Amino acid sequence: MRTPMHMSMGQEFVSVGVCMALNGRGDIFASYRSHAAFLAQTADTDRFFGELYGRINGIADGKGGSMHLAAPECGHILSSGVVASAIPAAVGAGYANERFNNDRIATVFFGDGALDAGVFWECINTASLFRLPILFVCEDNGFAVHTPRTERHAFNDVCDVVRKFKCAVYEDVSNDVESVYRLTLEATANARADRRPAFLNIKCYRYLEHVGINEDWMIGYRNKSELEFWLSRDSLKIQRERLLSSGLTEVQVVESESEIDRAIQLSVRNAAVAPAPTSELLYEGVFYAAH
Amino acid sequence: MRRISYCDALREATRQEMLRDPSVFVYGIGVNNHAKVFGTTEGLVEEFGSERCFDTPISEDAMTGFGLGAAIKGMRPIHVHIRVDFLILATNQLLNMVSNYIYSTGGRVKVPLVIRAVVGRGWGQGSQHSKSLFSYFTHIPGLKVIAPTTPYDAKGLLTAAIRDNNPVICLEHRWLYWAEDEVPEEPYEVPIGVGRVLLSGHDITVVALSWMNVEARLAATILHRRGVAVEIVDPRTLAPLDDELIVQSVNRTGRCLVADCDWINSGVSAEIAARVSERCFSRLKSPVRRIGFAHTPCPSVRELENEFYPGAHKIVRMIEDMLGLTAADLSHDDFFSHERRFKGPF
Repeated sequence: MRTPMHMSMGQEFVSVGVCMALNGRGDIFASYRSHAAFLAQTADTDRFFGELYGRINGIADGKGGSMHLAAPECGHILSSGVVASAIPAAVGAGYANERFNNDRIATVFFGDGALDAGVFWECINTASLFRLPILFVCEDNGFAVHTPRTERHAFNDVCDVVRKFKCAVYEDVSNDVESVYRLTLEATANARADRRPAFLNIKCYRYLEHVGINEDWMIGYRNKSELEFWLSRDSLKIQRERLLSSGLTEVQVVESESEIDRAIQLSVRNAAVAPAPTSELLYEGVFYAAH
Repeated sequence: MRRISYCDALREATRQEMLRDPSVFVYGIGVNNHAKVFGTTEGLVEEFGSERCFDTPISEDAMTGFGLGAAIKGMRPIHVHIRVDFLILATNQLLNMVSNYIYSTGGRVKVPLVIRAVVGRGWGQGSQHSKSLFSYFTHIPGLKVIAPTTPYDAKGLLTAAIRDNNPVICLEHRWLYWAEDEVPEEPYEVPIGVGRVLLSGHDITVVALSWMNVEARLAATILHRRGVAVEIVDPRTLAPLDDELIVQSVNRTGRCLVADCDWINSGVSAEIAARVSERCFSRLKSPVRRIGFAHTPCPSVRELENEFYPGAHKIVRMIEDMLGLTAADLSHDDFFSHERRFKGPF
């Protein structure tokens, strides 16, 4: 794999909770940290790993790579490698869904770095003004790349600011996938009933470096004690304990985990041996071609 | 045949496509105010309602991404900018999102988005309300760029753009809005990527863009008096460019002047000159020449504006120079200005 990857480890529960609540009715727009959102929405590990490996069984024959995952036929509309840039397209999709009078909910994931961008505020304003039931989901991990919130924001709490718009605001600090699930159900129902967007600010923590698969404690912009705190309430751990205490046996949980692992390993193996795109594919797909 | 203005031709194309296809909608700053973007959106909100024709906050970047999202979802948005200078606020969405989204799906998803932007000279508009920026957009893979000159082409090209499944930018010179010509009432398409010969001649090819076709036409009339036959080629589409038509013409005449209403440096005129040089080198009797804006910001005051903008006068002098002719007396010729409008026909 030769594509810059922004890993979701530690933050996956946000995408999973939201996408499970939307139950396939979400139109998902995501940032470059979109692996979790893509898999939560599509469960398509074959085309996912195909794209990361840059093989012809990928979503776009490897033309997109990690940062541009897009499978609109599965409800993952697009991902963008430029901070905040996916947000306006979600507003347009929200408008289209209203016009089509369907039951889909445009949902956009972004990090708290997007709050620094003007276009985020343009979109909160426009969606509120146009009364579009859209979910703005902020995966608030406290950093824009390596810069902490305190060095970027002249406000203490974004939720206080967004509340001034005609937009419902929800907050979650639980690190718990089921909490996000319930919050999304509530936000979606209210957004539809009240005809207004919802802003969900969900605290979370990025376990690995900004881009890449390694840890980055040696850089010094954050302290490893933070990780220990978040690991102690890791969302996977919370959910596993919940499943066991709800009556599932250890064997059943391990079986389920193994099944997922096998599916992923199979997709990885298939991708690794799939053919690379041939050179003439470079010029194909710049414009739409009927398939 | 019925004659209508360029402005009405744009409006008619929009209205007819909105009637034909309920997914077409028009939005942008001022599309519903009293001026209706020079009249090009007149009557649309009254006929189709504010769901399909609506004003927006002054948030060009957000509203461009809005069009992308709506287009992916199956709508056919037409986003209108009363100045191309304002479209630049949306550069991130245009260059990072709109232009490459289809490629990131392997060419499998449609993005039928039209972005209309008014370009060109006004009345002392100064440096922020007068740009053309043709090459700014043609430089980017994944964008189609049209710049219709005649009312017939305005209707046909905008219709084709609305029906196209890719992002199309339509650049409309505001001095052309008053031009009237024959335009069929029924809907029709002028194919994107196909130019046309506006005037046939055998002494020199003038490849003229947008408004410069009007200036080239006047220059041709002046030069005709002394027996010079100018051929005018209007590419109509700037991307993809109709190379073949231009090459065939230059191969016939052996001379080429590119008349652009934009800056010359790194402009569309440079692209055309390069392609002509590559493909017509052995047939050229003299180097390809170019004419365009002075390489300065656009001044507001008329005396400097006249110097900044190229026109028929400069085209005549350039062609005389290329053909080795003495400068003719132009003191009795009448050139176009904001007050002396071109009203057609072509």
